[in-house]
Amino acid sequence: MAVALARGRFPGKILLDGLVHLPLVLPPVVTGYLLLIAFGRRGIFGPTLESCCGLVFSFRWTGAALAAGIMGFPLMVRAIRLSIEAVDRRLEAAAETLGASRIGAFFAVTLPLSLPGVLAGAVLAFAKALGEFGATITFVSNIPGETRTLPAAIYTLTQTPGGDAAAGRLVLIAIALSLGALILSELLARRLSARIAG
Amino acid sequence: MTLQVDIRRAIGSFTLDVGFSAPAGVTAVLGRSGAGKSTVVAAVAGLTRPDSGRIALDGEALFDSGARVNLSPAKRRVGVVFQESRLFPHLSVRSNLLFGRKRRRDAAGPAFDDVVETLGVGHLLDRRPRSLSGGERQRIAIGRALLSGPRALLFDEPLAALDAERKAEVLPFLEALTQATALPVLYVTHALEEARRLADRLVVLEAGVVVAEGAVEAAIAQAGLATAGDRFAEGVTVDARIARLDEVYELTGVALGAHLVWVPGLLGPVGEAVRLRLLARDVALALDPPGRVSTRNVLPGVVRTLKRTGGPYVLVSVDVGGAVLKAEITRRAADELALAPGRVVHALVKSVATARA
Repeated sequence: MAVALARGRFPGKILLDGLVHLPLVLPPVVTGYLLLIAFGRRGIFGPTLESCCGLVFSFRWTGAALAAGIMGFPLMVRAIRLSIEAVDRRLEAAAETLGASRIGAFFAVTLPLSLPGVLAGAVLAFAKALGEFGATITFVSNIPGETRTLPAAIYTLTQTPGGDAAAGRLVLIAIALSLGALILSELLARRLSARIAG
Repeated sequence: MTLQVDIRRAIGSFTLDVGFSAPAGVTAVLGRSGAGKSTVVAAVAGLTRPDSGRIALDGEALFDSGARVNLSPAKRRVGVVFQESRLFPHLSVRSNLLFGRKRRRDAAGPAFDDVVETLGVGHLLDRRPRSLSGGERQRIAIGRALLSGPRALLFDEPLAALDAERKAEVLPFLEALTQATALPVLYVTHALEEARRLADRLVVLEAGVVVAEGAVEAAIAQAGLATAGDRFAEGVTVDARIARLDEVYELTGVALGAHLVWVPGLLGPVGEAVRLRLLARDVALALDPPGRVSTRNVLPGVVRTLKRTGGPYVLVSVDVGGAVLKAEITRRAADELALAPGRVVHALVKSVATARA
């Protein structure tokens, strides 16, 4: 998707671009509601998916994962697209004169050079998924043990009398997860750019 | 092996319409920026598509608008050395050199070790391109193109981005490689001196069309480049052979017609071909044989033509028997010596530049 948006020239590119970025701009509750309409038990695709592949999204953890994915996707596409666009296309041309096919040149030159962007995109998507609340709660609700995400659990606890201590523990877990992810991505990014820069 | 180019392409108000052929050996494509040189390179490499025409290598069409042939760059097997080297920053020097070879295992080409040795890059193999100097990078880029098993080589101003020192570093390698290869080599440049030093043939481009094509000096004369004023230094280039060596004084005697021209340094064994470059501003004229004078090269000759070059100067062609030298002297000197065609003079050559022919 990022490649299509970075390199492609086709009719409807603006529309596709808009669709991909829509979850970024739409109120999350709207996205969640649209997901419900599309993938709910009585939604547009819900029944078909259930009968053919046994996939049920509504009020299951799979739905929470789908919502997190949809919300994180535009951030990821954006980061990858920007880093692909930043790679000098003349390098690909050079690779082609050396016998690489167009696709081969992309995989041998452009993709490795845009890896830091791919990583940044993954971290952004992870952050978004971790914090995702509105779309999730609208789409799959807040069912303990099934669709209760970390933010949803913290929210529930803060609404419960005497839940402060438990909420505090979850907040600490959230901080630890986020910090761990950030440090990991920073370390990876350093190694990657060291490899690229030589 | 012959590369034939006959293409047309319109870019905005600029129209490129060139036709020439490049046999085995070095053909320089000379022109100012904007003359269409880079478009020619891109078209032959397959990186840009001409509007119409035909590009063929040894009779096989790489591009033919009539027959609807347009091979991809990968299938053309034309090695390109770009001005900005374009090494892959995420790969080691070794992987850069082998990038093309890995993709064309079947193609014949020079051995890796030979290329590494010729280019003197053995100690750089495990480094990354970013840590290399401009000259080193360009040497790697040349090696990378050679090792990709090409059927023709294109050089797109490979020295233009380098300073004089780095140029001097890369030029000998270019010379050695272009001399050793049996492929057609297209060497695009805006520097007449590079073309003179490296090329066997010359194609001069001006505003998108070929204005001269042929042997280097003939094409230069045809294009009128020798009169282009300060853009290109006036002078003549002569191919000659080493006739004698003076090992005591470290001088080489080069046979120029019936004369012997002494140039500094021991340039090679007797009989070897050298290319002499005599700049007009380094040649003085005397009516009588000069007496005691430090200039060692004094060649008697006959004035052929006098040409005003604008300003206080006049350019005098002198036939010294076997070669025609050019001397740039002031108009006043020409008048006071009463120089005219047919007049016998002595040409004092103050310095001579040499290159392996």
